[in-house]
Amino acid sequence: MTAVEEVRPDVRPEGEPRAEEERLAAAWEDPPGLIGFFTTVDHKRIGVRYIVTAFVLFALAGLMALGMRAQLARPDEHLVGPQAYNELFTMHGTIMIFLFNTPVLAGFGNYLLPLMLGTRDMAFPRLNAFSYWIFLGASTFMLSSALVGQVPATGWFAYVPLTGPQFATDRAVDFWGLGVVFIGISTTAGAINFLVTAQKLRAPGMALHRIPLFVWSILAMALMVVFAVPAVTLAAGLLELDRLAGMAIFDPQLGGQVLLYQHLFWFWGHPEVYILFLPAVGMVSSIIPIASRERHAGYLWVVTAFLAIAFISFGVWVHHMFATGVPAQAAGLFSAASLVIALPSGVLYFCWIATMLLGRVRFTVPMLFCAGFLGIFLAGGITGVMVAVLPFDVQVTDSYFIVAHFHYVLNGAVVFPIFAAVYHWFPKMIGRELSARLGRWSFWIMVISFQFTFFPMHVLGLLGMPRRIYTYEGGLGWDTLNLVVSIGGAVFGLGVLLTLVNVAWSWRRGAPAPADPWGGDTLEWSVASPTPEWNFAAIPVVDDVSPLWVEGGPVVAAGGEDEATRSLGVEGAEARTTPITRGLEARPAGTMPIPGPTWLPLCVAAGIFVVAFGALYRSIPVLVVGAAAGIAALVWWLWRTEEDLR
Amino acid sequence: MTPPARPGRGLHPAVMVATVAGALVAGAALAGCGDGSPSALDPDGGPARHVASLWWLLLGLGGAVYAVVAGLIVASWRRRAAGLDVNRFVVVGGLAVPAVVLAVVGVQTVRVTGEVFANQGRTADVVVEGEQWWWRVSYPGTGVVTANTIHIPTGRPVTLELRSEDVIHSLWVPQLAPKVDMIPGQPNQLVLDARHPGTYQGQCAEFCGLQHAHMRFVVVAQKPADFEAWLDARRGAPPAPAPGSEAEAGRQVFLDQACSGCHRVAGTEAEGTDGPDLTDMGSRASLGAGTAPNDPETLARWVRDAPSLKPGVLMPPIQLSEEETQALVAYLDSLDPDSGAP
Amino acid sequence: MSVAANALPEAPERPVAPRVAGPDHPALVPAPGGVPIGWWGLAWLVATEATLFGGLLSAWFFTRAAADSWPEGGIAPPELGRISVFTVVLLASSLPLVWGEAAIRRGRVRGLRVALALSFLLGAAFLANQVVDYRDLTFGIRDNAYASLFYVTTGLHGMHVAVGLAVSLAVQAKVAAGRIDADHHLSVRVFSLYWHFVDVVWIAVFSSLYLSTHVR
Repeated sequence: MTAVEEVRPDVRPEGEPRAEEERLAAAWEDPPGLIGFFTTVDHKRIGVRYIVTAFVLFALAGLMALGMRAQLARPDEHLVGPQAYNELFTMHGTIMIFLFNTPVLAGFGNYLLPLMLGTRDMAFPRLNAFSYWIFLGASTFMLSSALVGQVPATGWFAYVPLTGPQFATDRAVDFWGLGVVFIGISTTAGAINFLVTAQKLRAPGMALHRIPLFVWSILAMALMVVFAVPAVTLAAGLLELDRLAGMAIFDPQLGGQVLLYQHLFWFWGHPEVYILFLPAVGMVSSIIPIASRERHAGYLWVVTAFLAIAFISFGVWVHHMFATGVPAQAAGLFSAASLVIALPSGVLYFCWIATMLLGRVRFTVPMLFCAGFLGIFLAGGITGVMVAVLPFDVQVTDSYFIVAHFHYVLNGAVVFPIFAAVYHWFPKMIGRELSARLGRWSFWIMVISFQFTFFPMHVLGLLGMPRRIYTYEGGLGWDTLNLVVSIGGAVFGLGVLLTLVNVAWSWRRGAPAPADPWGGDTLEWSVASPTPEWNFAAIPVVDDVSPLWVEGGPVVAAGGEDEATRSLGVEGAEARTTPITRGLEARPAGTMPIPGPTWLPLCVAAGIFVVAFGALYRSIPVLVVGAAAGIAALVWWLWRTEEDLR
Repeated sequence: MTPPARPGRGLHPAVMVATVAGALVAGAALAGCGDGSPSALDPDGGPARHVASLWWLLLGLGGAVYAVVAGLIVASWRRRAAGLDVNRFVVVGGLAVPAVVLAVVGVQTVRVTGEVFANQGRTADVVVEGEQWWWRVSYPGTGVVTANTIHIPTGRPVTLELRSEDVIHSLWVPQLAPKVDMIPGQPNQLVLDARHPGTYQGQCAEFCGLQHAHMRFVVVAQKPADFEAWLDARRGAPPAPAPGSEAEAGRQVFLDQACSGCHRVAGTEAEGTDGPDLTDMGSRASLGAGTAPNDPETLARWVRDAPSLKPGVLMPPIQLSEEETQALVAYLDSLDPDSGAP
Repeated sequence: MSVAANALPEAPERPVAPRVAGPDHPALVPAPGGVPIGWWGLAWLVATEATLFGGLLSAWFFTRAAADSWPEGGIAPPELGRISVFTVVLLASSLPLVWGEAAIRRGRVRGLRVALALSFLLGAAFLANQVVDYRDLTFGIRDNAYASLFYVTTGLHGMHVAVGLAVSLAVQAKVAAGRIDADHHLSVRVFSLYWHFVDVVWIAVFSSLYLSTHVR
C-alpha cells in the first residue's frame, strides 16, 4: 500500500469527544425518548431491539417447555390437561422457530452486517425498521390469541385437515396462519436488505474473498429466504383461504390434496432449519478464529460449504414426509440428497478443527459456548444422517427420537451459538462487559443439563413413545427416562436464566467495555464500544479478510470531491451519507444518503397489523381501513424515495 | 475484566463425568428395555427386524464417527499443529472419509428399504381406518368388524390398508413395523409379518387432535389356526342373551337408548357406524382405545359419562339409571365370542 | 500462553488512530455507474414473488396430477378466445415501457409520458377483461379444488396488475410534477421491472391454467 498517509490525530477509535464528534452526533442522533424509539432507522438500535424482543419470546417459550415437562415427568399426570398441553407444544414450537430463532439471528445480522462490511447503515434503513415492526406486530398478533382463549393447539406445522375449517372450528388456527403469513413479510424484507447491502455498500477493497464469514452465512441465509418463504406463505395462506373464504384447496372431498399442504410447508420447512443453522455457524466461524488467535482455516471451503448447504437444502424436503406413503423411488432420491447434505457440514467441522489446531484456543465464554455447539451438533448431525435413512426414519419419525434430533440441532446447534454471540458482541452493542463468571456457570449448567434433557429422548423414541402426547401409560419403560428429561429441562432453564440475569444486570452495571475486548479481526472491533451512531467516521479501506490483523492495523479512506468518493471520509459521515461501491472489488461508485428518522415504517406495519385482525374476524371494514392506512403510508414512503436520493 | 479460563486443557473433568454418567443412564435404559416397552429394538415382525439391525449398524458407525471427530476436536485444544496442510485435512476428514461412510449407509438404505417395503400392492387382508380417537378394524370378505384390536396370523405377510375419513393419523406398532400415515383421500398400505404369537402395543403417531395421546391399539399375532378360530367366532351374529337375564335387559337398554344410533352389534337393529362396532366388545381389554381398562366398574362409568374418562371424546354422556347401567354392562360384557359360553 | 490474573487478553499491536488512504489508493479509484440500489431491492422482491407464483402453479399441477378428471367436478375447460386476445394486450403493454425508458434516458420527458399512459391503458383493459371474465365463469370459488385454485391464481395475478396500475399512476403523477428527468428516474426503472415481471407471470399462468387444461 503506497498511498497511506500519516496518522490523523483528530479521528480516534475511542477517547474524549471532539468538535467533529459533536457534528457527527448532530447528524446521526435520533430524537430523544419515545419519538426516537418509534422513528429510528438505525440498524444498531433495530438489531438490539430484535434480539431483546426475541429473547423475551424465548423465555416465554421456555416456560412453556417447562410446563410440558412438568406434565410428562410422571405417567398419567394431571397437572396440564390435553387442551392446555396441545397449546403449549404448539406455541413452544411456533415461537421458537418463527418468533425467536429466525428474528434473533436477523437481529445479529442487522447489527453486524453494516459494521463488518465497513458501512454506515443498511441499504434500506426504513425497510429495516419496517421489518422489526412487522415482527413485533406478528408476535403480538399470535400471542393475543391467549387473550381470547383461542390459542393454536394443532402443532407448529398445523397439518390439514386437522387445521381445516371442518375440524378446527374456532379462530385459533387463524392466529397461527395469518401470523405466519405476516412474519414472512418481515423475514423477506430483512433478507432483501441483507443482500442489497452486501452487494452495494461494502467498504472499498472488500472483494468477495474478503467478506467476513458471518456475512457470507447471512447472505446464504438470505438467498434461502427469498426462495423458500413463499412456500410457507402459500401453505398458510391457502389454508387461511380455505378457512376464511370457504375455498376447497385442501379438502379431500372436493378434489383437494391433503399432502399438497405438507409439500408446500416442508419446501420452506427444510431450508428454514438451514436458514437458522447457517448464521449460527457463521457466528461460530467468527468466534473460533478469535479464540484461537488464528485466521480461519479453509475460508474458501467454508464459503463453498455455506452455499452448497443453501442449495442442497432445497432438495431434501420430502424426508419430512417419508411416512406418508410417497412412492419409494422418489423418496429414495430425497433420502440420498439428505445423506449428501451431511458432507458440507463435515467440511465445516474440519475447517474449524484445523483452525483450532493451527492456533491456540483460549476458553473465553463465547468459545465455551462454541465448544458446546461443536459437541452437540456433532451428535445432532449424526442422528440427522440416521433419519435420512428412509427405513429407519419411518420407524422413529413422529417419536421422541426425532424430538431429540431436532433439539440437538436447533437448541444445540443454533441456541448455543446464539449464546456465544451474546457474550461475544454484547460489549460492542451495549458498551459494557458481561460477567464472565456468571457466563461460565451458565454454560456449564446448560451444556451438562442439555445431555440429561435431550439424550434420553433418543431412547424414548426407540422404546416407542410418540411425540405430542400429553400423557402416557406407566409401565412401558418410559417412566424413569421421562423424569430424567424433566429434571434436566428444569436445570437447563436455570442455566438459561443465569445468562438472562447476566445481561439484565450488566446492561446498566457492567464494567465499561473497550473497543476490542477479544482481540478481534473484523471491522466492528475497530470502532468504540458501544458503536457510535455513525459507525465509521471515515470508511475503512480493506485489503484482507481480517482487516484488524494486518501489519499496522486498519486503514480508512479520505473523502474525495466527486459523487463516488465524497462520502468516504468524515465529511460524508457528517452529511449522513455512506458510499456505494460496485463490482467484485467494491470500487467507489456513488453516495447513498441515509434517511432520517420517520414514522412511515411503523405506520405501514400498523396498517398490516390492522389488516391481520380484519382478516381474523372476517371484518371487511377493518380490513379495508388497515389496508388503506398501510397503502397510504407506503405511497408516501415511495414518493419520498426519489426526494431522498437527490 | 476477568481473565478467560485456562487455555486448551482439553476435556474438563466435569464434562467427562457428565458424559459417562449420561452414557450409563442411557445404556441402562436401553438394556433394561423390552419389558413392556413397545420397543423398536425388541422387534418381532419382519420389517421391524430389518430396521432394528440397521439401527445397530447406524449406531456403530455414528458412535465411531463421533469418537473420532470429538477426539480431533479435543486434540485441537491440547495440541498445536503449525504445519497442517489444511486442504488435505479438510478433503480427507471432511469429504473423503464421510463420503465413504455415507456410501455404506446409502447402500444399506437401499437394501433395507427394499426389505421393509416388500410385499406391497397386494389385496388388503385388514382395513384399518383412523378416527378421532380410535381405530376401526375390518376384515374384507368376512363381515367381521371390530375396534382398537388388530388380529393377524403369524408366519406370513399381512397387508393392512390404512385409511382415514377425518384427519391424518398414523399407525405405529414399533415391534412389528415402521409407521405409515393414514391420509384422507389417499389409502396407504402397511405390511406386517409377525413371527411369534404375542400382543404388541401400538399408538397413533400423527397428532390428530385433543386425545391423540389416547389413541392406542394392540396387534395380536396368533398362530394361523388360532387366528382362524378368532375370526370364525366373529362371523355372523352373536347369540341373543338368555331371556330374562340381565344381559337381555341390557340389550333392550342398548336398543332403546342413544347407543344404537352410533354403534352396531351384528344381528340386532343397531346399525350405527359413527362409533366403534361393539359386536365383540366384551373381548376387548380396554375402553376408549387404551384410555381405561375394560372392567365392569369402569365400563359403567364409561357408558354414563365417557368424557369424564377421556375429555373431548365424541361419545356424549348418556342419562341412565343405576339399574339400566348394570344391565347394559352385563350385556356388553356378554358380547364376547371368545368366552365359549353365550 | 500465560495470562496474568487481571490482564486483558493480548491484542496485536495497533496504532491509536487509523492510517489514512489517499485518493490515489488503488482501492479508491472510482467506478461510477452501476445498477441502482432501489432497482436491486425490487429485483429481489421479484425473485420472491416469482417463487410465490411458481409454488402456486406447482400446487395447481400437483392437484391436477392426483385428480380423476381435470377440470374437476364436470367444469368445462376455460375458453381461449377472448383471453388470448387480452393476453396479447397485456404483453403489448410492456413495449411502450421499453421505449419510455429509452426516451427518459435521453431526457425526453414527453416520450415517457406517452409511453406510461399507453402502457396504463393496455394494462387497464386487461384487468377490465379479467373482471368481466370472472362474471362469466360458471363455477364459484368453493366448488372444488380446481375452482379455488383457478380463482386464487388468476386473482393473485390480477392483484399484482392492480398494484402495478396504481404505481403507474403514481409514477405518471411524478412525471407530471416535474420530478423525473434523465438523471432521476429510478421509479420509472423500478416500475418497468415490476411491470415486465407481471407480464412474464401471466405467460406462465396463461399456459398453465388455460392452455394446458386443453392438453389431454
